[in-house]
Amino acid sequence: MSLATTAVEPAESPLTPESWGKLGMWVFLAGDAMSFGALLAGYGAIRAGSLDWPIPQEILGIKLTAFMTFLLICSSLTMVKGLSAIKHGDSKGLVRFMLVTALSGLVFLGLQAYEWTHLIQHGLTLTSNPYGSYLFGTTFYLITGFHGAHVTVGVIYLTIIALRGMKGKYSAENANGVEIAGLYWHFVDLVWILVFTFVYLI
Amino acid sequence: MTSATAVKEVHTTHERQGFLKTYIFSLDHKMIAKQFLLLGLFMIWIGGGLALLLRWQLAYPEQPLPLIGASEQYLETGEPQSSMDRFWDSELSKSDDEQGWLTKRMPVGIITPAFYNALFTMHATIMIFFVVMPILIGCFGNFLIPLMIGAGDMAFPSLNMLSFWIAVLAGIIMIAGFLVPGGHAASGWTAYAPLSSDPTWTGVDWGQNLWCISLVVLGISSLMGSINYITTIINMRAPGMTFMRLPLVIWSLFIVAILLLLALPVLTAAIAMLLFDRLAGTTFFNAAGGGDPLLWQHLFWFFGHPEVYILILPAMGVVSEILPVFSRKPIFGYKAMVLALSGIAFLGWIVWGHHMFQSGMNPALGATFMISTMLISVPSAIKTFNWLGTLWGGNITFPAPMLNALAFVSMFVIGGLSGIYMASTVVDIFIHDTYYIVAHIHYVVFGGSIFGLFAAAYYWFPKMFGRMMNQTLSKVHFWFTFIPFNCTFFPMHILGIGGHMRRIYNPMQYEFLQQFEGWNIFISISAFVLGFSQLIFLFNFFWSMFKGKKADDNPWKATTLEWTTATPPPHGNFDVLPTVYHGPCEYSVPGAKKDFTMQTENVDLQAMSGNGGNGA
Ligand code: HEM
Ligand SMILES: [Cu+2]
Repeated sequence: MSLATTAVEPAESPLTPESWGKLGMWVFLAGDAMSFGALLAGYGAIRAGSLDWPIPQEILGIKLTAFMTFLLICSSLTMVKGLSAIKHGDSKGLVRFMLVTALSGLVFLGLQAYEWTHLIQHGLTLTSNPYGSYLFGTTFYLITGFHGAHVTVGVIYLTIIALRGMKGKYSAENANGVEIAGLYWHFVDLVWILVFTFVYLI
Repeated sequence: MTSATAVKEVHTTHERQGFLKTYIFSLDHKMIAKQFLLLGLFMIWIGGGLALLLRWQLAYPEQPLPLIGASEQYLETGEPQSSMDRFWDSELSKSDDEQGWLTKRMPVGIITPAFYNALFTMHATIMIFFVVMPILIGCFGNFLIPLMIGAGDMAFPSLNMLSFWIAVLAGIIMIAGFLVPGGHAASGWTAYAPLSSDPTWTGVDWGQNLWCISLVVLGISSLMGSINYITTIINMRAPGMTFMRLPLVIWSLFIVAILLLLALPVLTAAIAMLLFDRLAGTTFFNAAGGGDPLLWQHLFWFFGHPEVYILILPAMGVVSEILPVFSRKPIFGYKAMVLALSGIAFLGWIVWGHHMFQSGMNPALGATFMISTMLISVPSAIKTFNWLGTLWGGNITFPAPMLNALAFVSMFVIGGLSGIYMASTVVDIFIHDTYYIVAHIHYVVFGGSIFGLFAAAYYWFPKMFGRMMNQTLSKVHFWFTFIPFNCTFFPMHILGIGGHMRRIYNPMQYEFLQQFEGWNIFISISAFVLGFSQLIFLFNFFWSMFKGKKADDNPWKATTLEWTTATPPPHGNFDVLPTVYHGPCEYSVPGAKKDFTMQTENVDLQAMSGNGGNGA
């Protein structure tokens, strides 16, 4: 390969500041995925070594959580709709869809709070479990709690996007901020599907 | 000096800003780099001081420290002789909860066993997380990435500033641990459960909690740092700066940022579990409650092994920059260097079990980890041979950066070789948890990372501060570091083979270790010399900052982009964004006018030498 060329090779990546934020979010999500990964791996290791791990479906309400899962998947859809609205220059549509998405997140959190109180009333807490291994409760609350924290951040994030949308900060050419928020929200949904599978279903 | 074809105006023309904006909450990567440097240079004295206390106790077990300890006569007769004696006399007459901080940790100047445990725990914690990482990654990462890829700043300057101040916060939390009742964390920097997870074992309460919290906070800071580094390197390279033209130090910082990004969240998650065990009564690491203490070890070392490469890779990058400059030769095997870096980064994830051979793991698993660990020494060896190949036949000069870089290479070889012994499961049964491990650690982290750090400091100081460091003092400092370093750490191999356990309070309690008293004294005296000669560096550093000879733009006649701009670089780094025409190591190209060709020089090296430039 010859190194010395009179013609300048273009840099391999665009020098557009717009793309930095998106890449930054991807990088962040890769790191965040590792923390969920570590929690789930720890959960798997403890469960595999446990003699009295209860069958999750017998304790946790699958129907309710299935609905919560459905809700989050739908909210991913409204997120996509919001982005596509602003890409077509429709900032009213953006605000509407962002609010619906944030609201779904809020309902999700409400249902999670309901689920937690219910379980706590039945004796499943961070350190106690009438149906078997204590660590069932510990890992359950730690993992769903960590995810819930992400949803909370997401609801705040989406609300900010909606507020900025109302002020007309986004347009068809300037939809990058919405797209970045979308990355985060889809990630939170994706993680929930994993949590739902490993903690509730299997 | 170049006729850049695609001239881009640098977008930022900043007016002068106030003191706060310039020095404290600066968004400029160069200022943030200096802040990280100061943080590390501050913490190194704490970490080093703790080490000297440890060495005192090992050489002269349970004898009062010099200067602050009570006199021999006082200890024998109870008659105070000096002012320190009177101080201890009054302290000892007080009730337990009236006694001062010092008396709780070293009554009459004798280090207590509990304090000894806190000392070695905090020595390692501070050196790893608050010295090597802030300086090599925080300082040099910040300083070099934009300058060497030809960018005006980092992609996210505010995130960068936050990352620094969060690191400071983590440091304050960590230091605060020394002040809380019960003493600081004492379960080793590896914080093995159940020692770390249950306060009743050690009596350490908030010390360990603060240790945990500090590292979680530091994890946030480093996450922000890696987001910045990765995005900047991928997206902000100047025109012509392809990946295969990146200086190797940027490659290594890029890989390090990826490792940090993926490794630290695992530590954070593990620490979160530990904190729950400690504060909320859960039983993640408590076998009685259905948990598993080994889970901690697995999670910790899954982070921990990539972490040790996080500590060494930037230094490897630094050395790969410096050796070519002072041999006036291109780096040998640029592509192989990049591949080896990536190989290390990949293999680093599947070797963590080599820290756990003695934990009772399945022997088949142990053998797997043994093989993967031996595999990872292949890329390390490739790098070493390439450094030697770079030196071979070169026109070598020995200013301070080069001396330290050469020390890096030779010390890393010793540390790498001892690593291979330990990687063998059968050998490791014998040397695990002995001073052999301590020798290995220090050959790689001091001999490697710290010599790399000194090399980088001497090499880039002119660009950072606009002045040269005093060469005589630099060389004196080098020899007063290199020789005592080897006197301190080489004999530890011998102690380790002799069965000297690590992390013990008083070796003289064991009959079979009493023969090593002489070695322990020799090691400690060398360590004191090593510690105090760092004052030479400190003096040289601050003196040269104000009084050193003014440096010109390219004092070492190097080729990379940071040497094309003013010294020190202006806000925004370059007056016009540079355009890059060559790889980073065009030294002594046959037929070229000078013996180095800057990356920005638009000349056709191929035509001049008839066979293309050097390098990849
Ligand atoms: C050639 C490559 C290397 C090999 C084969 C290797 C192998 C090992 C092994 C097997 C152990 C565990 C020994 C035991 O506890 O019984 C170990 C410990 C250690 N290594 Fe390495 N190593 C290598 C390079 C490095 C590098 C480059 C660093 C850091 C910059 C490093 C830092 C450490 C540290 C800090 C420990 C001790 C951790 C502790 O228990 O406190 N090693 N190494
Ligand atoms: Cu390791």
